[in-house]
Amino acid sequence: MSLDKIGIAKRIAQELCNGWYVNLGIGIPTLVANYIPQGIEVEFQSENGILGMGAFPYEGDEDADLINAGKQTITATKGAVYFDSATSFAMIRGQHVQLTVLGAMEVSQTGDIANWKIPGKMVKGMGGAMDLVASADNIIVAMMHSNNAGISKILKECSLPLTGVGCVKKVVTNLAVLDVKDGKFHLVERAPGVSIEEIITATAGDLVVPDSVPEMSI
Amino acid sequence: MKKVVKDKVEALTGIESNMTIMLGGFGLCGIPENSISHLVEMGLSGLTCISNNAGVDDFGLGLLLQGKQIKKMISSYVGENDEFERQMLSGELEVDLIPQGSLAERCRAGGAGIPAFFTPAGYGTEVAEGKEVRDYNGKPHILETALTADFAIVKAWKGDTAGNLIYKATARNFNPMMAMAGKITIAEVEELVPVGELNPNEIHTPGIFVQRIFQGEKFEQRIEQRTTRQK
Repeated sequence: MSLDKIGIAKRIAQELCNGWYVNLGIGIPTLVANYIPQGIEVEFQSENGILGMGAFPYEGDEDADLINAGKQTITATKGAVYFDSATSFAMIRGQHVQLTVLGAMEVSQTGDIANWKIPGKMVKGMGGAMDLVASADNIIVAMMHSNNAGISKILKECSLPLTGVGCVKKVVTNLAVLDVKDGKFHLVERAPGVSIEEIITATAGDLVVPDSVPEMSI
Repeated sequence: MKKVVKDKVEALTGIESNMTIMLGGFGLCGIPENSISHLVEMGLSGLTCISNNAGVDDFGLGLLLQGKQIKKMISSYVGENDEFERQMLSGELEVDLIPQGSLAERCRAGGAGIPAFFTPAGYGTEVAEGKEVRDYNGKPHILETALTADFAIVKAWKGDTAGNLIYKATARNFNPMMAMAGKITIAEVEELVPVGELNPNEIHTPGIFVQRIFQGEKFEQRIEQRTTRQK
């Protein structure tokens, strides 16, 4: 059975390493914070100006001056720090943040990502996504393998306006974990109960399939 | 030098139609809401506004959009605003979308006397169109130029009569860079205190960047996405 959004978040959470600073995008990536493995300590950075982002506040404790990049009310953890937007993107561009997790509308086999604009339909702006993908060493994309119409989002080339080129290293979808290297997708793991054939069918880009593909353990 | 003005009316004196104005804030967090309401009352038009976001339909810069007072927006993200989307798609409103980090750095550069800089953000995308590309450390970067404004309007938590400012939590965001980049910078504060009352170790924006300061009449501090958990 393919994973739901929580399953994708749980699988990505397994990639976290002790001591990392992590930036989570809006949507599935935000859920990753709920499934940090035991014994792992990470700090979450939100690009609007906080390191040490905590859980949502209890009802009645909301503070209009304390939000995340999704404009949601949040709390600060012990040891948190606030800073301005230029400092925030210095952390990002300067590669002081070890992992960026973000969503995508399309990913290509050369690591290009499109996630900010559908011409004529959705033009909301790129926010911090272009700075994040251009700079981060370690980018994981969290997404569904196909769109609602069943069309693959794992492509040879992106058709939508790009957010960044050659930057995605790993993709975790409802069907599989894919590495992106040497201009191809490489199948690393499959979701529990999902067949290799199912993944091949749902992948429009070139896919390298090794002899043995383990199931994810969630 | 006297920087304290009595209210938003005196603070915004001199702002005219067709000027370029920077406004601090991220979403509705840390926006100079008293000043924005007066910009609406002044009935200005043809404004170029540099602000990370464009408010929501009935608050923040959305109020200026409703009166069609803005000619051009320079922002990184403009969702959550139907009137904005309508004006943009119909061509009434000119929009320049900039990666958020580049927007912050362009304001900082404008205030810091750096005319331009190279950044990796936006390389290979439509943001890079027409911009010089150079490789540094084996990686392509694009040239981005500094931004300045006729007036910058920022919002702080506390300020003193010398113009020194302290921001609260994530309401800091774009305010410090924009304070640096305005030819005239107006600071709207929740609490104005006599000079000497703020701890110099804790000041975020030195008063040298601020020309006018006033205590806002009221702060609604609207929350855009109220998210909570159960006790």
